[in-house]
Amino acid sequence: MSIEIKSSSEPYDVIIVGSGAGGGMASKILSEAGLAVAVIEAGGDFDPAKDEDRTQLRYPWESPRRGNGTRIRPFGDFDAAIGGWDIEGEPYTKGKDTSFDWFRSRMVGGRTNHWGRISLRFGPNDFKRASIDGLGHDWPIGYDDLKPYYDKVDKLIGVFGSKEGIFNEPDGFFLPPPKPRLHELFMMKGAKKASIPVIPSRLSVLTKPINNDRGVCFFCRQCNRACQAYADFSSGTCLVHPAMKKGKVDLYTNSMVRKVTTDDSGKANGVSFISKVDMKEYKLKARVVVLGASACESARIMLNSKSKSHPDGIGNSSGMVGRYLHDSTGADRMGILPDLIDRERYNEDGVGGMHVYTPWWLDNKKLDFARGYHIEYWGGMGMPSYGVGFSMDTMRKFVKDEFGNPSPNGGYGEGLKKDIRRIQGSTLGMSGRGESIPMYHNYCEIDPNVVDKYGIPVLKFHYQWTEHEIKQAKHMHDTFEEILTNAGAVLMGEKPGPETKYGLATPGRIIHEVGTTRMGNNPATSVLNSNCQAHDCDNLFVVDAGPFVSQADKNPTWTILALSWRTSDFIVSELKKKNI
Amino acid sequence: MNRRENLKLLFTGTLASGFLLTNCAPEDNKLEYTPRIEGGTVGGRTEEEKLIDQKLLSETFLNEDERKKLDVLVDIIIPADSDSPSATEAGVVDFIEFMMKDYPAYQTPMRGGLMWLDHHSEDNYGKVFMALSKSEKMEIIDQIAWPDKAKQDMEGGVKFFNMLRNLAATGYFTTEAGFKNLGYIGNTPNIWDGVPAEVMKKHGFELPEKYLDTYLKPEERGELAQWDEEANIIRSNS
Ligand SMILES: Cc1cc2nc3c(=O)[nH]c(=O)nc-3n(C[C@H](O)[C@H](O)[C@H](O)COP(=O)(O)OP(=O)(O)OC[C@H]3O[C@@H](n4cnc5c(N)ncnc54)[C@H](O)[C@@H]3O)c2cc1C
Ligand code: SF4
Repeated sequence: MSIEIKSSSEPYDVIIVGSGAGGGMASKILSEAGLAVAVIEAGGDFDPAKDEDRTQLRYPWESPRRGNGTRIRPFGDFDAAIGGWDIEGEPYTKGKDTSFDWFRSRMVGGRTNHWGRISLRFGPNDFKRASIDGLGHDWPIGYDDLKPYYDKVDKLIGVFGSKEGIFNEPDGFFLPPPKPRLHELFMMKGAKKASIPVIPSRLSVLTKPINNDRGVCFFCRQCNRACQAYADFSSGTCLVHPAMKKGKVDLYTNSMVRKVTTDDSGKANGVSFISKVDMKEYKLKARVVVLGASACESARIMLNSKSKSHPDGIGNSSGMVGRYLHDSTGADRMGILPDLIDRERYNEDGVGGMHVYTPWWLDNKKLDFARGYHIEYWGGMGMPSYGVGFSMDTMRKFVKDEFGNPSPNGGYGEGLKKDIRRIQGSTLGMSGRGESIPMYHNYCEIDPNVVDKYGIPVLKFHYQWTEHEIKQAKHMHDTFEEILTNAGAVLMGEKPGPETKYGLATPGRIIHEVGTTRMGNNPATSVLNSNCQAHDCDNLFVVDAGPFVSQADKNPTWTILALSWRTSDFIVSELKKKNI
Repeated sequence: MNRRENLKLLFTGTLASGFLLTNCAPEDNKLEYTPRIEGGTVGGRTEEEKLIDQKLLSETFLNEDERKKLDVLVDIIIPADSDSPSATEAGVVDFIEFMMKDYPAYQTPMRGGLMWLDHHSEDNYGKVFMALSKSEKMEIIDQIAWPDKAKQDMEGGVKFFNMLRNLAATGYFTTEAGFKNLGYIGNTPNIWDGVPAEVMKKHGFELPEKYLDTYLKPEERGELAQWDEEANIIRSNS
């Protein structure tokens, strides 16, 4: 899509900032209601069905680095996330003693082009954690408020899974899940011995068609490269582009929003943005402004939107914008399965993610940490890429000859070549992804000393894990060892200890950052009301993960989508009632 | 669902995708697709990426001497065998050349390691590495190729050879010949219907009874999804 920049004299009904999960859903729902919508996106257009954007089904030898990651694509040269942890000209800073990594995609669809497609509803308990354990805060809404929207998201976008009837893992409208892969069967065996449930995973991948606009999955295991058949969910392919075809939606690409503009009364009346093409600033007007730039970026825009009526930034009269930033916890472990050395060869690509997972299965009342985690499984026979054949200096010993004698580590020659072949597809591992406690003292703010290359002040992060997350990571590692060992695997690497917080990932690394513009009934302690409307600015809404009061032990995107739909319905009805 | 409508959609992309694999065997649906490698940049690159890759490809890091040494070393690590080519035949040294520039942290260990090899050869045989006989070369390699047996003062050499082994192996097994050697079958439209029965049997696995009716059946892949009021997906043959 060509770059489309204009100073529009005619105001739009709604301006949406960002085209990721939240912004994409809003663009669809608001345009279907007949509203004239502008989507302002900092990145370029992206469509995986076009050959100039397609990385799916490419072989490693089509990349001079054989698929290795780069600064622009840290998850691999074919990954469909253009951006990364460290974007040229777009820095962020960290407070003393803080480690925080911030992953951004700059493209239509945002991070939904390469996301893991794990699509979990939050459960009833996930909205009321403070009532259960006294930590953090309850959401002002509950599962029943979101359930109809989760249902609609399931049907609109598609997710496979199995009905399980687990209270806090609500079932949805599922497509049939794929059968497990071989290493997953080993994991199921190992977990069963430890009385840990493993159920079919829930991914937004179409195993059956849900409409005539999108194809079905052909099992290439490359959802992270974005699907040319549109058989997995990306906001660009499933929401923004379809909305543009059907409704009054103008997409402004390569446009970096600097602030929300306001009139004298403090109402939002549009945005101003910098075009990356000519580096000039443009202004657009609208009756309603919707922020979906991702949790931290929306907070940044709000904090940078200072005016006479909003001296501390728009929506920030409570001082809560940027506060309660939190990410999921994460830890991982890996092993090698002697049973899989010399394994049979067949096409085991499957879908672009795990076919089975473990939802949180324990009761925290009986544990020394407050919140749960789920387990994601990986391994087996995927497409080799940069890194294949590495580490034979430590791993070759796992290959044994016909008399059971291990090969020596390292080496060279035909024997080495054979052993690399024999070991291929025999490693496997798991990752825990858990809930953390939202803390007032974990936050992002504007760094007054640093601007990005567009002249926009940047974010500064402050984040420390609490005891709960650290103990949870320890528990994860105990569990991982139990499952892997039960599955017959030999553990690889060392079990991390207290000196590394038990391998707990650096905040931000799990890329589930939420909470920066949280919702609540009390305008003094929250940024938005329960409809994701700013307490101090009626016609300003947030539709990304900023409104989350707590990030459950589930991945956030299905909830972003459901909330954005709900918020969009509210906007339509308020506009109809002339309330905004 | 309407097949014609699907076909229209199917060819809107440049590449036929797996829309309608329902009743065909996967082999019938191989994509017509020839990978392009020349220039090292393919589709799916941003302008910024194209510029970076072109710049890296136009620069040279390894000098002629270094390349010659690497030719010998990578073929010691990955020689040809009865049914697959050697590392040099698979273009591994070109790959290493590129990685030196793409990941500059490799540069000093590589350049220094290759130099050290000459020093070490000089110290032991009075000749640079390339001037050694085959068996002398192998004596040197054997001092650094076996991390668990190597003498302590060879630690640096071991590290260097580990890096070389990694790069040679990865450069080799990410080529067409390497894929063939590994026996990787995939990266092509197909229908996943579980682990083949004989493999299940060999490892003593059975699918959990509970989910037998839940799992995707290949023949359903053409039917538009519909659910009953209780959110159960309607299966045509149930
Ligand atoms: C590797 C990876 C795996 C993941 N796996 C999962 C998973 O399995 N399940 C899950 O639920 N979640 C997963 N996530 C998280 C998921 O991607 C995010 O939760 C989701 O994309 C967030 O949606 P969003 O709309 O808030 O923001 P984004 O998707 O980040 O979109 C924001 C958009 O706004 C644009 N933007 C930002 N700032 C501006 C500005 N100033 N002006 C204009 N435009 C702007 C950006 O360019 C971007 O396009 C994963 C993420 C990653 C990186
Ligand atoms: S695994 Fe399926 S949905 Fe994912 S990219 Fe491949 S074909 Fe598309």
